[in-house]
Amino acid sequence: MRATFATTWRILQQLFRDHRTLALLWLVPTLLLVLLRYMYDNQLSVFDSVGPLLLVIFPFVTMFLVTSITTLRERTRGTLERLMTLSMSKPSLILGYALAFALLAIIQIGLISFVAFGLLDLNMQGSPVLVASVALLIAVLGVALGLLASAFARSEFQAVQFMPAFIFPQFLLCGLLVPRDTMAEWLRWASDIFPLTYAVEALRQLSAHADITDTLRNDLVVLSCWVLGALLLASLTLRRKTK
Amino acid sequence: MNTDVAAAHHVSITREGSKILRHVSFAIEPGKIVGLIGPSGSGKTTLMRALVGLQKVSEGTVDVLGMPAGSSALRDRVGYMAQSPSVYEDLSVAQNIRYFARVLGYPKTEVDRVISVVDLQAQRRQLVSTLSGGQRARVSLAIALLGRPALLVLDEPTVGLDPVLRERLWELFRTLREDGVTLIISSHVMEEASRCDQLLLIRDGRLLANDTVANILSSTSTSSVEEAFLKLVLPHKKAKEGYLQ
Repeated sequence: MRATFATTWRILQQLFRDHRTLALLWLVPTLLLVLLRYMYDNQLSVFDSVGPLLLVIFPFVTMFLVTSITTLRERTRGTLERLMTLSMSKPSLILGYALAFALLAIIQIGLISFVAFGLLDLNMQGSPVLVASVALLIAVLGVALGLLASAFARSEFQAVQFMPAFIFPQFLLCGLLVPRDTMAEWLRWASDIFPLTYAVEALRQLSAHADITDTLRNDLVVLSCWVLGALLLASLTLRRKTK
Repeated sequence: MNTDVAAAHHVSITREGSKILRHVSFAIEPGKIVGLIGPSGSGKTTLMRALVGLQKVSEGTVDVLGMPAGSSALRDRVGYMAQSPSVYEDLSVAQNIRYFARVLGYPKTEVDRVISVVDLQAQRRQLVSTLSGGQRARVSLAIALLGRPALLVLDEPTVGLDPVLRERLWELFRTLREDGVTLIISSHVMEEASRCDQLLLIRDGRLLANDTVANILSSTSTSSVEEAFLKLVLPHKKAKEGYLQ
């Protein structure tokens, strides 16, 4: 646990020196939401249906990117190897990472929720706290997938391009663009596997219902399994020895 | 009872089809400065990585302090400094060292101690990205010194340093040896070999010689390690040339 917290603190120290990244991380999603609100100035019902989804997609995507690049740096600059010679346990390193980025996501989601519900009057049945908690789970999923994706990238250039590779198929098939029941069967199977499908469904449930529905509960279970699975796989990709 | 600090027994390492090390065997006694000397590409780094457990050995065994290399019990008894600094550029000197100390579970006093050993007190709050190459190498060395390891494996610690800094690092190495630390130091600069107690001369993944400097010079009847190295390499070539004539 000591090594986990040390790692979390070290990553936060690194990020707090990088003001521009923090500004991009925290302000851009909020500004995009404001933009969206005024795009639909005359059709607020559209804003009410699309807004909640962006509330989760922005944190998901940004956390994926920031995590995968930070981890990749650790892999390519030799510091990961150094930690391996110190026999740092892989799960404690991965948890340290997940914790650091989850903290960043809490601030990001706090800001975006405050703007969405406090300033832009986004209309959802579910309580803002519940919405923010679900958004946080989805941001942590982005962190977990980012950690995993970094194992397959050899350079930062590749890592950035993993974003469309990992996320676009999920985005296309999550039911936002085409209703899932009108898709070809094999596409729907894929859609049934992708975590973003459950994230979008969860947000739709929160939009329409004030209480926790069975569907929402099911979505949260699937998402949690994805988070744990991705973190586990990511820690398996940390190799102590080169072949 | 085996007192060797490190020992390799018929170690061969094959990576992606090419043989990096071939049947390398040696033993290192405690309290020595051992020079791993050879041209770049000779397998020095691979051998050092095998000693700290980062490189899988295809054949043979590597033992460190009586245990298989890379055992978790060795984590604070072996210090490793890779060729690239392997530190966080966007953190200060003290933040870097404090992080690794926390991971290993050492108190703040240990952080202050290693900072003063490598003489970076004046730079402790400075970001690593603003340091010179030599200073960065010393941050990396400071981390390897955390917890007073019995064995230090240093990969080209003096490369690219000016003569004054190099001399100061060698003074530090000698002080560490007096404290009973064993150091394995790689270099492709033959001149540095004369500062070591024991030399491992390596070329093309083969161990050419393993002896004291004096013995290597007398057995090859040469006056410098560079000449000795050439003489040890050349017999094969001479034989070939003779055959052609």
